[in-house]
Amino acid sequence: MSRLAAEHLTLAYDRRVIADDLSVRIPDHSFTVIVGPNGCGKSTLLRALSRMLKPTGGQILLDGAALSSYPAKKVARTLGLLPQSSVAPDGITVADLVARGRYPHQGVLRQWSREDERIVRESMADTGIGDLAERYVDELSGGQRQRVWIAMALAQQTPLLLLDEPTTYLDIQHQIEVLDLCAGLHEEQGRTLVAVLHDLNHAARYATHLIALKDGRVVAEGAPCDIVTAELVESVFGLRCQIIDDPQTGTPLIVPAARAARRPAVATAAS
Amino acid sequence: MNTPVTTAPDARRTRRTTTLRTPGGLSLRLDARAVAAGAALLVLALAAAVALIGSGDFPLTPGEVLRALTGGGEPGQRFIVRELRLPRVLVGLLVGAAFGIAGAVFQTVSRNPLGSPDVLGFGQGASVGALFVIVYLHGGTFAVAAGAVTGGVVTGLLIFLLAWQRGIHGYRFVLVGIGAAAMLYALVLYLLTKANIVEATGATTWMTGSLSGRDWGQVWPLAAVCAVLIPLTLAYGRPLRMLEMGDDAASALGVRTGRVRAVTLLAAVVLVAAATAAAGPIAFVALTAPQLARRLTRAPGPNLLPSAAMGAALLVGADWAGQRLFGADQLPVGVLTGALGGGYLVWLLVTERRAGRI
Repeated sequence: MSRLAAEHLTLAYDRRVIADDLSVRIPDHSFTVIVGPNGCGKSTLLRALSRMLKPTGGQILLDGAALSSYPAKKVARTLGLLPQSSVAPDGITVADLVARGRYPHQGVLRQWSREDERIVRESMADTGIGDLAERYVDELSGGQRQRVWIAMALAQQTPLLLLDEPTTYLDIQHQIEVLDLCAGLHEEQGRTLVAVLHDLNHAARYATHLIALKDGRVVAEGAPCDIVTAELVESVFGLRCQIIDDPQTGTPLIVPAARAARRPAVATAAS
Repeated sequence: MNTPVTTAPDARRTRRTTTLRTPGGLSLRLDARAVAAGAALLVLALAAAVALIGSGDFPLTPGEVLRALTGGGEPGQRFIVRELRLPRVLVGLLVGAAFGIAGAVFQTVSRNPLGSPDVLGFGQGASVGALFVIVYLHGGTFAVAAGAVTGGVVTGLLIFLLAWQRGIHGYRFVLVGIGAAAMLYALVLYLLTKANIVEATGATTWMTGSLSGRDWGQVWPLAAVCAVLIPLTLAYGRPLRMLEMGDDAASALGVRTGRVRAVTLLAAVVLVAAATAAAGPIAFVALTAPQLARRLTRAPGPNLLPSAAMGAALLVGADWAGQRLFGADQLPVGVLTGALGGGYLVWLLVTERRAGRI
């Protein structure tokens, strides 16, 4: 079952066509990761799925109906998005920023219910920022700040959550922290997550469903163990590599071929 | 998780928010400090208004002013207060509020403290409209006001068209606006050279921005515009606040960014144009009021109502100070706000530069 699917999408910025006749289905309760080389259209697809970008052809279906046919706030109660760049307003505290995630559930006369209060508290606890509630967002480290944004998206209480490169600009330990957090949301809370990730090894380790894109087309999709092969990596990324079992998790681990092995012509010429 | 050692417990602040809830599930959330600051500014604006009514060639004490306003006092005092001075003060309050709230909208939408109508050439645009009417059409007060409104609105549309690139981007908006301001100022100078000496003097006074000699004829149209557009803008306060976080984050929360921006900017442009038509392009109130209000409330968001109250207090306070320091009707209020606002602009540029935003 798929609550969220794209059918025959044409995606374009102005006249530059990024993808044509692109169809994907996001399996419910999966942690779907979209990978592909720069410019393959993975972020563009995510933007279309989260209705930030209007497709020039085809449509996005949410629960069987066109995404564009829903009122904006109703979509926002079903489908959350962690954008690549968000601006924390000057002088806002962590708790206040997370509370903004409740916006789609609120109205002029229903500004702050007890439920809002509880959910904001829980979202901060789930992301491990409960202690930071009264701190200003400007003073936090990059990893802490990213968790605040994730907490805001959680407070939105959407069964579907899209994340656009959630680990970019983070140190390795914070990258893993964020991915662990995402895996927890998926496993413990049963949410459907869709993320665009740059790091293929992170994708192979955390995804339950992987979609490999190249030039706006789906090259392969499925569980990482089933689809990640040296041939796939070479055809999608143009990188020769070896696939071994991740010693920690048993998932595929991509080891790029050594420089000499990748450029035999140069190596022979030098010797 | 590693907490930076620099964070001592005293670095924590608790925002005091009050939530009013009814058994029916309705709730209202108020930020205590923002409400207090807004109320204090409103009281300040009204106090400055009473002081301004009391000052002039025929000074009155605040008590006499209040008595005359409420229908008491001597007939002579009542005439001076209600017919001569009240319209001026009301124009001042409304113009200040309109500039303040419009400035808050502009700065929020452009996400830039410099993205304010007076920096972006709205004053110059309105001046071009007004001067065109003065020089070529020899129009009266009403026609000049209409020219100013037209000039301001056309300038607004022009800047949006030029700055539009799949949405409004703060810096592009500010830079296009500064360019437009420079070109429109050249047009103002050209029109001044075409004017005869009497027209040129009148035009210059108008361009400085002044509250002197305002009558009920200027109050009513402005009051009508404010009565419609200020509540409309306030109704968009919550989505505007979301817009601060970037378009993607706001639309992810269900804000229809395009519509919110279009409605609030249009309302702000018309408010600025109407205020300019009533009192001339009084400089820097729209630039400073939202920032000063924000520093008082210490609340994120556009701070619409506090900005409006701050604008009103600033303008009426500046007019009163001008009268106290230089004598009745010697100094148009635009000179004073221009001098104060110019200083603020320098400070803003320096701090923005230090913060690496310019």
